[in-house]
Amino acid sequence: METILLFAPLVGAIICGFSWRLIGEQAACVVSTGLLFLSMALSWIVFFAFDGETYTRDLFTWIASGSLDTSWQVRIDRLTATMLIVITSVSALVHLYSFGYMAHDEHFREGESYRPRFFAYLSFFTFAMLMLVTADNLLQLFFGWEGVGVASYLLIGFYFRKPTAGAAAIKAFVVNRVGDFAFLLGIFALFKLTDSINFDVILAMGPELAEMTISFLGYELNAANTIGMLLFFGAMGKSAQLFLHTWLPDAMEGPTPVSALIHAATMVTAGVFLVIRMSPVLEYAPYATNFIVIIGAATAFFAATVGLVQNDIKRVIAYSTCSQLGYMFVAAGVGVYSVALFHLFTHAFFKAMLFLGAGSVIHAMHHEQDMRNYGGLRKKIPLTFAAMLIGTLAITGVGIPLTYIGFAGFLSKDAVIESAFAFGGGLGLYAFWALVIAACFTSFYSWRLMYLTFFGTPRGDRHAHDHAHESPMTMLIPLGALALGAVFSGMIWYNSFFGSVDQVGRFFGVEYAEEGEVGAEEAHAEEAGDPVIEGAAAEEAGDYAGEDAGGYGEAHYVFTGAPGDGAIHIAPDNNVLNDAHAVSTWVKLAPFIAMLIGFGTATLFYIVNPSLPRRLAETNRPAYLFLLNKWYFDEIYNWLFVIPAGWLGRLFWRRGDGNIIDGGINGLAMGIIPWFTRMAGRAQSGYLFHYAFAMVLGIALLITIATLSFGG
Amino acid sequence: MGVVDFTFYLFSLTTVLAGLFVVVARNPVHSVLWLILAFLSTAGLFVLIGAEFVAMLLIIVYVGAVAVLFLFVVMMLDVDFAELKAEMAKYVPLAGLIGVVILIQLSMAFGSWQFSEGFDGRLGNPTPALSEMHNTEALGAILYDRYFLLFQLAGLILLVAMIGAIVLTLRHRTDIKRQNVLAQMYRDPAKAMELKDVKPGQGL
Amino acid sequence: MLASDLSILLPEIILAVFAMLGLITAVYTSKDGLAPVLVWLTVAVFVGVAAMIGLSGGPTQSAFGGMFIDDGFSRFAKVVILLSAAAILLVGQEFMVRDDLMRFEYPMLITLAAVGMMVMVSAGDLMTLYMGLELQSLSLYVVAALRRDSARSTEAGLKYFVLGALSSGLLLYGASLTYGFAGTTLFSGIFEAAEGGASLGLVFGLVFMIAGLAFKVSAAPFHMWTPDVYEGSPTPVTAFFATAPKVAAMGLFARLAHDAFGGVVGDWQQIVALLAVFSMFLGAIAAIGQTDIKRLMAYSSITHMGFALMGLAAGDEQGVSAMLIYMAIYVTMNIGTFAFILSMTRDGRHVTNISALNGLSSREPVKALALLVLMFSLAGVPPLVGFFGKYAVLVAAVNAGLNWLAILGVIASVIGAFYYIRIVYFMYFGEEREPLDPSGNRLAMVGLMTAAAIMLLGVFNLFGIDDLAMAAAATLVN
Repeated sequence: METILLFAPLVGAIICGFSWRLIGEQAACVVSTGLLFLSMALSWIVFFAFDGETYTRDLFTWIASGSLDTSWQVRIDRLTATMLIVITSVSALVHLYSFGYMAHDEHFREGESYRPRFFAYLSFFTFAMLMLVTADNLLQLFFGWEGVGVASYLLIGFYFRKPTAGAAAIKAFVVNRVGDFAFLLGIFALFKLTDSINFDVILAMGPELAEMTISFLGYELNAANTIGMLLFFGAMGKSAQLFLHTWLPDAMEGPTPVSALIHAATMVTAGVFLVIRMSPVLEYAPYATNFIVIIGAATAFFAATVGLVQNDIKRVIAYSTCSQLGYMFVAAGVGVYSVALFHLFTHAFFKAMLFLGAGSVIHAMHHEQDMRNYGGLRKKIPLTFAAMLIGTLAITGVGIPLTYIGFAGFLSKDAVIESAFAFGGGLGLYAFWALVIAACFTSFYSWRLMYLTFFGTPRGDRHAHDHAHESPMTMLIPLGALALGAVFSGMIWYNSFFGSVDQVGRFFGVEYAEEGEVGAEEAHAEEAGDPVIEGAAAEEAGDYAGEDAGGYGEAHYVFTGAPGDGAIHIAPDNNVLNDAHAVSTWVKLAPFIAMLIGFGTATLFYIVNPSLPRRLAETNRPAYLFLLNKWYFDEIYNWLFVIPAGWLGRLFWRRGDGNIIDGGINGLAMGIIPWFTRMAGRAQSGYLFHYAFAMVLGIALLITIATLSFGG
Repeated sequence: MGVVDFTFYLFSLTTVLAGLFVVVARNPVHSVLWLILAFLSTAGLFVLIGAEFVAMLLIIVYVGAVAVLFLFVVMMLDVDFAELKAEMAKYVPLAGLIGVVILIQLSMAFGSWQFSEGFDGRLGNPTPALSEMHNTEALGAILYDRYFLLFQLAGLILLVAMIGAIVLTLRHRTDIKRQNVLAQMYRDPAKAMELKDVKPGQGL
Repeated sequence: MLASDLSILLPEIILAVFAMLGLITAVYTSKDGLAPVLVWLTVAVFVGVAAMIGLSGGPTQSAFGGMFIDDGFSRFAKVVILLSAAAILLVGQEFMVRDDLMRFEYPMLITLAAVGMMVMVSAGDLMTLYMGLELQSLSLYVVAALRRDSARSTEAGLKYFVLGALSSGLLLYGASLTYGFAGTTLFSGIFEAAEGGASLGLVFGLVFMIAGLAFKVSAAPFHMWTPDVYEGSPTPVTAFFATAPKVAAMGLFARLAHDAFGGVVGDWQQIVALLAVFSMFLGAIAAIGQTDIKRLMAYSSITHMGFALMGLAAGDEQGVSAMLIYMAIYVTMNIGTFAFILSMTRDGRHVTNISALNGLSSREPVKALALLVLMFSLAGVPPLVGFFGKYAVLVAAVNAGLNWLAILGVIASVIGAFYYIRIVYFMYFGEEREPLDPSGNRLAMVGLMTAAAIMLLGVFNLFGIDDLAMAAAATLVN
C-alpha cells in the first residue's frame, strides 16, 4: 500500500509527461489527478491505521559500497504519516484546482500544449516530496530534497517566456544550493562519525554524538551541535529562513497552484520536517537548537514586517508563509517538535487555501496581481471571498481564548507561542515577543489583503472589474475541502500534537513514564505500543476541552523513549511541553490580543480612513521604503555576492576558460592536430616510391626497436 | 680451400655483385643483363648443392623466358630512367643512411648467428640422397605428396593470375574481323571455288 | 591420409571447385549476362559454407602434416570472412550493375580470394601462409583494377600490386630468416625452436614477417597504399577490402604470433603495440583532413586496425578474444557504412564527397539516423556496440600491463571521434546545396538498416559473439 501510495504520482507524471500525445491532453491530466487522489486516499488510510509503531518497507537496494549501505525504503511513523496526508491532500486538491486555473493561459501561444507538462511536473514534485518524507536514510531524503528542488525550479520557471520567471527559478535554485551544500556537509559528517546514514542508526546515536568532536581547521567542534547547525542550514535554504529567504517571494512568479502546493504547503516545510526528523540528534545539540530559535523568531518577525507593505497579493502571502515557517522553527527549536509538526499541519491547509483563494481572485481579475487594482470584489466572487475569509480567520488565529475552540491557526499558533514562553530564559522571552508582534503584524497584513481585495471601491482597470467572474467548480471544490481543514484540523488533533505528555507520546509512539519513576519505563512500553485510533483522540480532545487548563500544569508524565524510537524524540529533562500548558493566562491571551490589535489597525487604515496609510508612508518614508524593499536584502546580496560572483565568473570565463582552457584545447585541436593532419596529407603524395620509402623506414624502425629491446 | 669452396665463393660474390649492379646500373638494359648474370650464378650455387634440376629450371625459366621478357619490355617501353633516377637522387642520402642502419643491424643478427637447438632434427632431409633417387624424381615425389596442398594452392594462384590478365586486358571488339578456324577447316574447295578453263586469246 | 586431409579442407575445396565451375559455365554460356546469377549463387555458397563451418565444431585437427590447421579460431574467422564477403556482394550488387562493372569474373575472384583468406587463417606453415596470402592478394589486385578504363582504378590496382609485392618480399625475407634459424617452416617447429628464447636472427625474421602482415592489415607505417587504393577502386571492392581481408590478415597475424611465436611474446609485444599506436594516431589525425568519404573510411580502417592490434599486443587469450570481438564488430559497422556509401548518388552518378551529406537528415531521416548510429558506433560512443569492441581491447591491454597503450588508445579514439561526428554534423546541421538522389538501392538499404539495428540491439549481449570469441581464442593460445 505504501508502495502504491509512493509511486502513483510518479506513474502519473510519466504517463502525463510522456504519453499525453497518445492518450490526449485532457485524459493525461485526468490520469495524473486520479492517481493523486488514489494516493491521497491511501495516505489517509495509512494515517488512521497507524498505531504508533514505526515500520519500514524495503523497496530495493540502492547503493552498497563498503560500509555505505543504502536501500530505498519507506519509513512510516507518525511524522511521515502526517506529512503524507498533508502532501497528498494538498497536492490532489491543487491538481484538481489546476484544471480550472490552467485552462487558459496567456503566457502560452494559441494551440501550445502546456497543461500535461504542468500536471506532470506537479505529479513529479509530489513523488519527490513523498520520497523525501518516507526516506529511511539521509541519502534518500536528499534525493527527494533535490527532486523537489528540481520540480520547484521547473514550476517557478513554468512561464518560460517571462524573463522574470526564469530569473526567479534560477534564484530559487542557487539560493537553495547554498543550504544544500551545508546539508551535504552535515550528511558527510554524520556518515564519518556514525558510519551510516540510515536513520535507525544515526538517530539512536544522538547522545553519543553529543560526546564526539569534529576537528576542523584546528578547532574541536562538538559533533551534535555542528551537525545540527549544518542540517539546519540546509533546512534554512529549503524553508526560506532569514538570510536564505530571498528566493521565496520571487518564486511567486510561478503559476498560483504551484505557489500553493510547493511554496506554501509542502516543499518549504521540508526544512521543518528535517529538523523534526533529526530531533534525536538536535535534542543533544543545545547551541544548534538555540540558533534555530533565534533564526526562526527573527524570520517570523522580519517576514511579517515586510508583509505589511507589499502590494502584490501573492507576495503578501509568500512573506506570510516565510513568517509562519519561522513559527514552526521556533517550536522545533524550543524542543516541542510535535507542536512544530502541528503548526506545519494546520498551516498547510489554511495557507494552501489562501493561495488558492488568491489564485481564484487572480483568475477572476485576468491575472492581475496588484492589490491596488482590486477592491470591492466581495460581491463579484462571493464564494472565493468566503474561502479567503476562512483562511484569514485561520491564519490570524481567531478562536475563543482560554478554550480549545477556534480555527486551526488559533490552536497551533498559540501552542507555538506558549511553548516559546515556556522555554524560558532570555531566548524564550525574545522568541515569545517576536512571535507575538509577528502575530499582530500577521493579523494586520492579512486583513489588509482582505480589505484591499474585497472591500472598498473597485480600482484599476475597469474592464477587468466588469468581467470579474466566479471561478469554476474545479477551483471552488478544493477551496471548500481546504476550508474544512482550516477550520477543524486544529481542534481535532490538538491533543495529539499539543496535549499532555502521555497523549503526545502515544500519538507519536514515544515511550513515557510518570515523573519520578523514569527507570520503570518498561511498565509503559506496552502501553506506548497501544493503537491510538484517531476517533479516540478526537473524543479525548472533547474531554480535555472542558478541563481546566491548569490541569496540564501538573506534570504527570515525562518522555522516556530512547533516541530513535518513535517519530520524534524529546529528552526526559525537556519539560517545555508540560510547562507550556502551565503558562500564565496573560501569555495565553497575548497572541489573541495581538491579533485583535492587528485587525483593529487594519480596519482603521483601510475601512475607516483609507487615506491614513498613504500619509503614514509619506511621513515615515525611510521606514516604509525599508520595508517595501524587504530590508534591502536583495540589494545587499546583489552587491555582496552576485556582483563579485559575476565578476569572478567573467574572470574565469574570459581568462581561465577563454584564454587558458579554450586556448589550450583549441591550440591542440585546431593548431597541432591539423598540423599533423597536413603532414599526413603531404606524406600521402600518391608517389609509389614515397610509399615504399615509408615502408622501408618502418621496417628500419621496427628492427631497430627489436635490436634495442633484444636481450634487454 | 678446395675447388668446391672456391667455386662457392666465386658464385656467391658474383651473385651479390650482380644484384648490386642491377640496382645501380644507369642503363636499364644493363640492369637486365646483370640480372641474368645473377640468375646464372645462383644456378651455379644450386648445382653446387646437388640440386641440378632446380638449377636447370632457373636457367630455362628465368634466364630463358623471364629475363628475356624483361629485356623486351624495357626496350619497348622507352622509359626515361635517368629522369626517374634524378627524382630518386634526392632521397639517396637519407636512403643510404637507412640502408646502412639496416645493414648494421642485419650484420649484428647474422654475425651472432646460431641455429636453434634441435635445428638438425627439424631440418631433416626433405629429399632422399642423390644416390638413392634421381633429383627430378625426388622433387616430384615431394611436390605431389607432402606438399600437395601447396602445389594445388599454387595452381589456384596461377589461375587467378590468368583470370586477372584476361579480366584486365581482354576486350571483345566487334569492329574487327576474326579468324574462324572451323569455318576455315570446313571450307570445301568444291564449293568455294570454281575452275574455269580460259582459252588463250579469248578471255571470259 | 589424403582422404582425411581433404575432408578437413572440404570448405576450401567446395569454394575452389565452385569458382572454377562458375568460370567455365559463364564462359561457355552468356558470359557477363550470368554475372548477377553468379553473385547470388556465390552468396548462397558462402552462407552455406559458413553454416557448415560454424556448425561443424569438433576438436582441433590438422591436415598435411600440420600445414593446415582447423580449430575454433580459424572457424570463427572463416565464418566472419564468409558472411562479410557475402554481405558485401549483396549490398554492392546493384552498384556493380549500374556502373556496368558486373562481370562474371568478379564473384569468382571474390570466391578465390575467400579461399585464400580461409587458407590464411588456417595456415600452420610459413609456406601455407604465403600461398594463402598470395592467393588472396592477387585476387584483390585484380578486383581493385576492375574498372579498367578508369585511370584511378588502374592506378589503385597497380599501386596495390607493386607495394603488395614489396610487402610480400619483406614477408618472404622474414620467412627465410626464420627458416634459416629454426630449420623448419612449420609453426609448431618454430614454436619449439623459439622456446627458451629466440636469437636476434629469429626475431628479425619475425619482425620482417610482421612488417609484411602489417601491410596487409594496413597498419601504419605500412598503410600508405590504403587511402589511394580505397579511393580508386570501385566502391563495392573498397567495401570488400575494408572487411573480409582485414579479418583474414588479422587472423593470420594472430596465428603467426601465437602458434609460431607464442613462446616469446615479449619479443613481439612491443613491436605490435608500437604499430597499434602508430595506426591509431595516424588514422585518427589524417582522417580529419579528408573530404572524400572513401578515403576517410580508409583512415578509419587504419585506426580500427590499430585498436585490433592493441588486442593482439596484449599477447594473451583475452587479447585474442578481444581482437576477434573487435574485428567482428568492425566488419559489421563497415558493411553498414559502405552500404550507405554505395547508395550515395547524384543524378545517377556515384558521389563520395562528404559535403554531399549536407542536410541529409531533413530529406531522409531514417537513413540519416541509421548512419548516425553507425558513426557513433565507429567512434565508440557508449552504449552502442562499437564501444564494447573498444572496451574489450582496452581491458585486454590493461590486464596485460600495457596501461600506456590503453591510455594512448583512449586519446586516439577521442581524436578520431571528431571526423565521425563531423559527418553527423553535416547530415544534421549542414546547409543543403546539391541534394543526393533518393536512394533506390534496396539491398544496400537493407544492409545499412541491419547494421544499424545490430549496433543498437547488440548492446544487450553482443549476440553472444564474446563467448564464441573467447572459445575461439582459447583454441589458439596455449
